Parts: sequence; structure tokens; C-alpha cells
Amino acid sequence: MREADEGMAMPPGPNDASRREFLAQVGLGACALTIAGAALTVLDFMEPKVLFEPPTEFKAGNIQDFPEGTVRFDEEHRAYIIGGQGGVFALSAVCTHLGCITRYHADEGAIACPCHGSRFDVDGNVVHGPAPRALPWIEVKADAEGNLMVDTSVVIPHGKVLKV
Amino acid sequence: MNGTPFPRIGLWVRESALYRSIVRHGAADTNRNRSLVIFENLFLHMHPVKVREKTLKFTHTYWLGAVTISAMFVLIATGILLMFYYHPSVPQAYRDMKELKFVVDNGVFYRNLHRWGAHLMVLGALLHMVRVFYHRAYRPPRQFNWVVGVVLLLVTLLLSYTGYLLPWDQLAFWGVSVGTNMAKEAPILGPPIRFLLLGGNIVSENALLRFYVLHCVLLPVALLGFLGVHIWRVRKDGGVQGPPEPPADPEVEP
Repeated sequence: MREADEGMAMPPGPNDASRREFLAQVGLGACALTIAGAALTVLDFMEPKVLFEPPTEFKAGNIQDFPEGTVRFDEEHRAYIIGGQGGVFALSAVCTHLGCITRYHADEGAIACPCHGSRFDVDGNVVHGPAPRALPWIEVKADAEGNLMVDTSVVIPHGKVLKV
Repeated sequence: MNGTPFPRIGLWVRESALYRSIVRHGAADTNRNRSLVIFENLFLHMHPVKVREKTLKFTHTYWLGAVTISAMFVLIATGILLMFYYHPSVPQAYRDMKELKFVVDNGVFYRNLHRWGAHLMVLGALLHMVRVFYHRAYRPPRQFNWVVGVVLLLVTLLLSYTGYLLPWDQLAFWGVSVGTNMAKEAPILGPPIRFLLLGGNIVSENALLRFYVLHCVLLPVALLGFLGVHIWRVRKDGGVQGPPEPPADPEVEP
């Protein structure tokens, strides 16, 4: 009799407590998932999908215009197009230190940054710090007529001159 | 109120139903009512009812926290005024800054007040931190409030930095180009943080808008939140601590 009573009345036992804990954990887990989802969607939202930035590819005249020793600064696209030994190459004009725009000084034959005084030679090598790296060489392509296309977003190995 | 020239008007106001519906206690004539003045006011209740007289002395704290908060209120007021004329877009931002400087009545005054206030707030926060350090007021039980204070300093510096871009002049543009390139040098997270902060790869119109929202909404809200905790903790940690007491026994390190 006593055993049967206990079975029917279902007094609160260890199982009930663990059920309550389980439900509480499910609830907390749902809250955590919601917060994580909200955080992820906000982070995703903050990342722009379409950028109205100037194109990285641009026309840079004809290969005939760059005899050896010519240095042309393209201010809009932040690049130098340089006539080197036996061909043409292009340098990024963005200082490798903290991103200021460098200038070519023809009288000194050097590229210098106005912000913190870094200096480079016309091959982009660092002559004077604080710039930690050489100016990157960027891609130059020529079509059949010798018209040049430069892409500032494509970095090529240092010293790879486009042969005439 | 008996000493004032208009005791009757004062009495009439204080006994009116309207006044008593707002302020439930009577005149601050008893200790109980003087306490209630503080307890029952949303803005005053941050402050304790009673403080030790020595804590009010200038050399106790040099009032540096108060200087910083005062600068913050000046910055909020002048900042809201500037917002009435400023568009966070290119090239309108630069034109608006010029208009504030040369066309708007008192524009140059409020713009400069905002600028000097910003310098004062950063300076005040730094000096306040130095004062707390040399008075050893960062030690238990105030160690958590020191951490809150460091967060407040960071938010203050971020406010100063985001405001720097808004005039959209050469100084602003290159200052932010250089600063965000420093952030980019951080390992792994640096480049994505710079991209999200600028809303692109270069300092552009997106960057101007993002810095504007950070400067005018997110960072001020964060500042006020942490500031509330900071002031509340000063009270809960036993009030402001000035210079440490000299030890009773000169041989013992305090």
C-alpha cells in the first residue's frame, strides 16, 4: 500500500529537479543562440558589399612614351609609371609605412614621403626609414599597339620589367 | 527661507499642489528633509547626502574629475549645436565646417569651444588618472573603478579621434589614413578592423559617415553608461580618496 501511494503521488524527486535544470539550460541556450545570431548579422551588415572606390585598373599611355629614365606620377591612381632598363614598370606611390602618398623628386632622383620622411629610390627600394618595406611593383600590361594598362591591386615580383 | 526677500512667494510656491506633486518633501529645514532633497532627485541622488569636509578641499582631488565632466557637458552642448549645420557627406562636410567658421553667427565660437573642450577633456582625464595614481586611490576596494576609468579614458580618446576626421580637411584625411593604417598592423584582426571601421579600403565617404555615427551616437552613449557606473562606484567604494594618511608609525610602509 505504502509503496503504491508513493508511486502514484510522484513526490518531488531528483528527476524533477534535473528536468527543471534541463529546461532552464534550454532557455539559456536559446537566448545565447539569439544573441550570437544577432551579433553575427550585425557584423555582416556592417561589411559593405558594394564599394564606390576609384577603379584600380587604368590606362597609362603608350609604351613609346617611357624611354629609360622617365618617371611619371599618376596622382589620381597613386602610382608611378617608370621607363626602366629595356622596358616599363610601375610602382605603387602609397608609402609602406602608414599609407601617405609619396612624391618623386626629379632633382634628387628619389621618391620621398611627406608624412614621416621615408625615402625610396626609383626601383622602390627603401633608402631611408621609417618605411619597413620597398614600394610594391604593380602589374603593367601592354596590348598589340603598346598601350599600357596598370592595375594597382596586382602586386608583381620586384624587378619584373615589362620588356619593350 | 525667512532670510530671503520674498518669503511669501517662496512659501506660496512650496505649498502649491503643483510643486508638492513634483517635490514631495518640504523645505530643507530639517536633517530629514535635507536628506530627502538628495534622495528624491534623480540627478542629485548620485551624490551622497553627507561627505567629509576635508574631501571638498581643492588639494584633496584637485577637482580633476569635475573638470573632465564639465568639459564633457560643454562638448555635448556645443556638439549638438554643431550638428544643426553639419552634413556628414563629401564634399559638404568641409563646406559646412567653413560655413560654421565664417558665416554662421557665433559659429567660430562654438566650433572652437568644442575643439578646446575636447583638448581639456583629454587633459583632464589624464591628470585625473595621474592624481588617482599618486594618491594610491586605485588600491582595493577601488581597483574595479580604476578599470572603469581606463575604459572611460579609451572612449574619450576614441571620441577625440573620430571627431578629428569630421572637418574633412587635409589634416583630418591624412590623420585618419595614418591612424587606421596603424590599426591595420595588428596581427590577423588588424586588416578586417580597418575595413569595417572605414567601410572600405580607403578613407572615403563611408568612413566619414561611420566616424560621424561613432562620434555622435555610439561613443557618447558608451561614455555616459560607463560614467554612470564610475560615479556610482566612487560612492559605493567609500567616497573620493585623497592623499593617503601618513602612517602612525614612521617605520611602517603605508
